[in-house]
Amino acid sequence: MALLLTKITRTNVIQRVYPLLLLSGLVFFSSAAFANSDGSGVITLSDRCPPSFMLSDDNHCLLRNRYQLYNSLGDHGIGGLKTALPAHRDGFSPQQIDLGRLLFFDPLLSADQSVSCASCHDPNKGFSDGRGLSVGIAGRENSRSAPSLWNSAFVKQFFWDARANSLEEQALSPLFSLQEMGNNPTQLLDSLKAVEAYPRLFKQAFPNREQLTLDSIASALAAFQASLISLNSRYDQYAHGYAEALNAHELEGLNVFRSFVARCSQCHMPPLFTNQQIAVIGTPEPAGMPRDVGAEKTFNSAKLRGGFKVPSLRNIAETAPYMHSGRFATLREAAEFYTGGRGHAVPEGEELLLHWHISEPNLSSDELDRLVDFMRTLSDSSLLPAIPESVPSGLKTISEKQYEQN
Amino acid sequence: MNRTKTLGVLIVLAAFIGGWQWGQQGNDTPQITSSVGGASFAGGFQPESGDAVNTALPARSAIGQTLVVNPGESIQAAVETAQPGDTIQVMPGIYSETVYIDKNDIHLVGVIQAGERATLDGLGKLNDAILYSGNNILIENFKITRYKGNGIMSQAGNNFEIRNNIVIDTGIYGIFPQLGTNGLIEHNVVSGIADAAIYVGMSDNIHVAHNEVFDSVAGIEIENSRHAIVENNYAHHNTGGILAFITPGLPIKTTYDVIIRNNFILDNNTPNFGAPGSTVAGIPAGTGILVMAADDVIIEGNIIVNHKVAGILINDHGNASGLTLDPGADPNADRVMILDNVMHNNGYETIDEVRAFALTELHTGDIDIFQIGPSDGSCIINRHRYHHVGIGDFGECDFTNTDSIHNYLLAGGAKPRVIEPAERGEIAYLGICAGCHAYNNVLIGPAVKDIQAMYADNAKGIASYINAPFKIRPEYPEMPAQNYLDAETQLAVARYLLTLDK
Repeated sequence: MALLLTKITRTNVIQRVYPLLLLSGLVFFSSAAFANSDGSGVITLSDRCPPSFMLSDDNHCLLRNRYQLYNSLGDHGIGGLKTALPAHRDGFSPQQIDLGRLLFFDPLLSADQSVSCASCHDPNKGFSDGRGLSVGIAGRENSRSAPSLWNSAFVKQFFWDARANSLEEQALSPLFSLQEMGNNPTQLLDSLKAVEAYPRLFKQAFPNREQLTLDSIASALAAFQASLISLNSRYDQYAHGYAEALNAHELEGLNVFRSFVARCSQCHMPPLFTNQQIAVIGTPEPAGMPRDVGAEKTFNSAKLRGGFKVPSLRNIAETAPYMHSGRFATLREAAEFYTGGRGHAVPEGEELLLHWHISEPNLSSDELDRLVDFMRTLSDSSLLPAIPESVPSGLKTISEKQYEQN
Repeated sequence: MNRTKTLGVLIVLAAFIGGWQWGQQGNDTPQITSSVGGASFAGGFQPESGDAVNTALPARSAIGQTLVVNPGESIQAAVETAQPGDTIQVMPGIYSETVYIDKNDIHLVGVIQAGERATLDGLGKLNDAILYSGNNILIENFKITRYKGNGIMSQAGNNFEIRNNIVIDTGIYGIFPQLGTNGLIEHNVVSGIADAAIYVGMSDNIHVAHNEVFDSVAGIEIENSRHAIVENNYAHHNTGGILAFITPGLPIKTTYDVIIRNNFILDNNTPNFGAPGSTVAGIPAGTGILVMAADDVIIEGNIIVNHKVAGILINDHGNASGLTLDPGADPNADRVMILDNVMHNNGYETIDEVRAFALTELHTGDIDIFQIGPSDGSCIINRHRYHHVGIGDFGECDFTNTDSIHNYLLAGGAKPRVIEPAERGEIAYLGICAGCHAYNNVLIGPAVKDIQAMYADNAKGIASYINAPFKIRPEYPEMPAQNYLDAETQLAVARYLLTLDK
């Protein structure tokens, strides 16, 4: 291991070493920090909050991050460098967060016990899956790309088409979607209750609830998702005042990003790098795929046909391919779309009310490269949660499966 | 196509209602109100404290250095050297660069010698002339020309002044502060802009005064902003003179408390050359003042002359085309208040939609004021002076002027959050250090209690170590330098770490 470390530059040692440690099984976590077997084989839940959270006297985990040093106009959480983030979800207990983590990685939640939440939201792939279109149980292909879960605590609307308004509402949907985890409420509850540890762990996380319920499952998954904080990128260092954090190319990229020629930052607004609105931008679908109507269905309005939620660009370099249906393989291709001309990829006969910022910026090849350079500075997985060594069902987690494949 | 039909339906429906109202009000004797010495507006922004001020920049706590930039040198290089409190003087000459200021309290001042200015020339190739994201920024006395994006743009900056700049042919916006509180934009001359010459976007407490804006699509635009005063400007030969908008689909969804007063708004009939799809592309050429969906807008004391479509055009989102759906934005222009204005020769060659709606009130000929769509609580005085359409619902205003309102600037400026050192330390510890360190056990790095044992009360020792770590314990990976934290934060986090007990 010492040999391995010497090859790694000092400044990035955490980001690079941490995942390596996890994958190679050389994890230092002791029993108190996260749920684990305590040596007797009994799984218990952590009584500590994840990093970036402070444990209150009444056992709530409260978010702390450096953007809390700032204000934002009208508390909307959008602006520039030293601007507060949008309002967030927190206040879950350490036990709820940790139970959520176990559930998140447990394939027991799917109908055939083949996939877990982490199959499509893999922590080693930016909480996405590296695919254009996600694949559920029995190889069923979905029509959209798995969004990253980093910084879900700040998100107000969920799914590409903004059809859910809370983490809890979101959490249950994939469990019962035939294309995703294919489960149903009865089987889900029965299978969880049939595992020795789960009723006990649910009682520990939700001491006031008599029964193991769907609400508790949704709450625990929401608690875990709200704990995924990524705010320590090199961009963040720059934003907080360390001018040397970005090199000349990246700074050039930042200025293209926020210039009114490219206008990226008008929708991907700092500090979350999304304004959380719906935008119709007219990206092409993969060959042979019909037009995804997106938010037209959610809001029952043709004006939003082909509209999707503006995604955060934090950790965007980790979540290729891009757009709602994964049409673009690289960040460069995704950036290039915006300079192709307003509506250039909208097929004949398709009527879309394109967003006003979709214009004709005529970005140069160099400018596109610089945009990519800048977007790469938005990566940070320094607070990556640990993948459980084992889950209560005893089924294999994604890391074990990946380990076998390798 | 569908939208045109929708508009048609609305107009037919409105024809019935409008005609009915017209019939009701008939030919009343004019109610003549003197705007001299009457009641002043009692609403609007109420400052928490302090007397009215004429500046948006708070007094500098310390006067820093003055850095001088000469032709052939880089303005940006000076910005990078500058510390908060410093002033950068740019001598007359041509500078072709993008200047970006990502720090607080910098004054960027062009020096004008015998009429020759420090000139930022984008050569038709560079994107923006000046970008900033910081508080307490002053930008004055420049000439800016031939940029593709914006002349002067900010994204989040409070307490700014943009003054005495000449901005010519710079693409999308001449002067564009966005997401800022407390700003003064005065004495600028801005022309040849493909969107708005001066565009205040999603901002609060803004004062736009004594500017000349011309040969642009929009002269001055107040969009999704609150507590703004636009006064004593000269807006001429644009497509539309002065605008107060709610654009749907933006994350901040209101515009209210806007005073448009004492402006010269003349001859804004320039054909619309806005980019396809842009909001201003929908402005009909020949509009003096346009109010769309904004609330609590007062229009007072303006001279509004020679506009083909209308002197004042007020509409809701429902009667505008090309806008997205935004359930979070109120579509109506409520509480529009029109006080005395000088208007003549407006609406003499209006567009079909306006003419058709006017006919429903049996109105033909000139149109000074045109209003369409629901508009609750709106009022006007001396309506008999104007050619007007669609204001049958407007009551009589119970005030005649805004004399009691000096401006909406904040005495002492918008205040930053006050952070106690302990809070700063806690935030940095939890947000950064806790990824690798826990109190009682080993994560990636050693336990905090072991660090405490080693450093005892030596917070400075810890601060110095995290700034430039070296390997102490062979069994742990080497700690990455935390030198991106400023010295104050390094010390705060060290002190916090020493206080931990669980």
